[in-house]
Amino acid sequence: MALSIGEACVNCWACVDLCPVDAIHLGVEHFVIDPQQCSQCEGYFAEPQCASICPVEEAVIDPKGNPVNPKGSLSGIAQARLDAVKREIQAR
Amino acid sequence: MELIVVSGHQSEEEQVSETGCAAGSCGSSVDDTSQLPESVQAKIRNHPCYSEGAHHHFARMHVAVAPACNIQCHYCNRKYDCSNESRPGVVSELLTPEQAVLKTKAVAATIPQMSVLGIAGPGDPLANPQRTFATFRQLSEQAPDIKLCVSTNGLALPEAVEELCQHNIEHVTITINAVDADVGAKIYPWIFWNHRRIFGKKAARILIQQQQKGLEMLVAKGILVKVNSVLIPGVNDQHLQEVSRVVKKKGAFLHNVMPLIARPEHGTFYGLMGQREPTAEELKQLQDACSGDMKMMRHCRQCRADAVGMLGEDRGEEFTLEKIADMEIDYEQAMKLRAAVQAGIQETIQQDLVQKQAEQRKQAKPISRPVLIAVATKGQGIINQHFGHATEFLIYEASGNEIRLIGHSKVEPYCQSSASCGEQESALAASIRALQGCEVVLCAKIGFEPWQQLESAGIRPNGEHAMESIEDAIREVYQEMESLGLLVADEGIFHGTVNW
Repeated sequence: MALSIGEACVNCWACVDLCPVDAIHLGVEHFVIDPQQCSQCEGYFAEPQCASICPVEEAVIDPKGNPVNPKGSLSGIAQARLDAVKREIQAR
Repeated sequence: MELIVVSGHQSEEEQVSETGCAAGSCGSSVDDTSQLPESVQAKIRNHPCYSEGAHHHFARMHVAVAPACNIQCHYCNRKYDCSNESRPGVVSELLTPEQAVLKTKAVAATIPQMSVLGIAGPGDPLANPQRTFATFRQLSEQAPDIKLCVSTNGLALPEAVEELCQHNIEHVTITINAVDADVGAKIYPWIFWNHRRIFGKKAARILIQQQQKGLEMLVAKGILVKVNSVLIPGVNDQHLQEVSRVVKKKGAFLHNVMPLIARPEHGTFYGLMGQREPTAEELKQLQDACSGDMKMMRHCRQCRADAVGMLGEDRGEEFTLEKIADMEIDYEQAMKLRAAVQAGIQETIQQDLVQKQAEQRKQAKPISRPVLIAVATKGQGIINQHFGHATEFLIYEASGNEIRLIGHSKVEPYCQSSASCGEQESALAASIRALQGCEVVLCAKIGFEPWQQLESAGIRPNGEHAMESIEDAIREVYQEMESLGLLVADEGIFHGTVNW
């Protein structure tokens, strides 16, 4: 089973050097993962490296089609709290 | 491997030189690099990012070979690429090390004032060690007269120190926004560390430890370290004096406090969430407060990670890979020309310094209150920019016996008729807000509409000094205000309502 990269990818290159099996390549629009090569880092690392450094939510997709880093997961602010945090920041 | 890239992270770059004495009122500074040890002066005298005296004359460039980043900063958006934008972390064209070497040599042959090559992103140079070090290695062989420097967030710094020393790098800039993990956690949501993503306070604690360790290691190796800090109102504004004190104690030679850039159109977390930017006055107050502990740099222009030319200028478009391929260059001859041109500049700077010091001694007299003056310039130390075309304003403080650069304010050029540049009226309002605290704005030309709006905001536009030297014009304007009795000390701030 392999991870994949979706349209949210911003081509920042952070994942490429980290892949232990060189499964990541620059595609037409954005980086792509070769499903034949990807091992989800099993046997190499505790966590898939591309998903652990990816700065964009919803870019790396798991084999079931769900984002590994869903909305709100990287900003550390859940959608439900977003408005309250925004008010707090704007009061600075 | 040429890419469509896109951009990146905060890469901090340009720096500054220091300015003034402790409280901003003692009037001793022309270019305070003269107070640094001779060994340090020798290393920075032709570096536009470290020496204020050098920045009007010497050019620098950044090559964008380092796209990846290992941390997230709330003021950075990893996806934005815009040729109209000028700020750290933005580039148009990512380069391989080989392309970067070609570009550097082409620029250095065309702009003989070029003295410095830096790698500052668009990600973190040390998170791209192969690409960064391959570039340095080739350049130190092929263009040995060009100074190399690097700017980093510090996370991967300790393990890179040894290799940095091998490439004869004399200057490193570390961006340190906090020395306290509680403050850091509000700026850095996560880091990538030991093959895992780490969030929150724990992430900030690791980053801070690595930055401090890297700083100590570089200082021990005799490498000059400048510290960049981004001033974020309500987050680290109360904390940066502590940062300044700590990094000075550990041996950093210069501290560059830069204003946060946070606009919704940049797509950064802070921009989207409405975090405000500091005013020019807040920046100045903090720089003054820190300067009791530390040499402060104030001429930083927060340039792009692929900027080319003098500080504040970007000639990147003249040196795209396509254009470089068509250039015919005699590299040997170019190096000789650089040596001659740069020696000439050095002599001019020295003469100016001697002259200014003599003038300062002559002018020691009772002090009128200081005035902040904004200047629209494209470079060369001249007032040569139209108000509506300016993407930034230099902010000077004039007082009875000195004129000093205290910072700059980035603005959207409201005159540019591009859909991406926002609505005209709001861009003008934003420009005026950015100049808050200034009493005069000097520019080459200005339209009627902005003139009126500036005046009603208490800022006096002045286009009478077009193409004159910035410092001469400021001196004249200051003296004029003085003779009109507008500068009597302790009278509070003049807001331009007097007819003069």
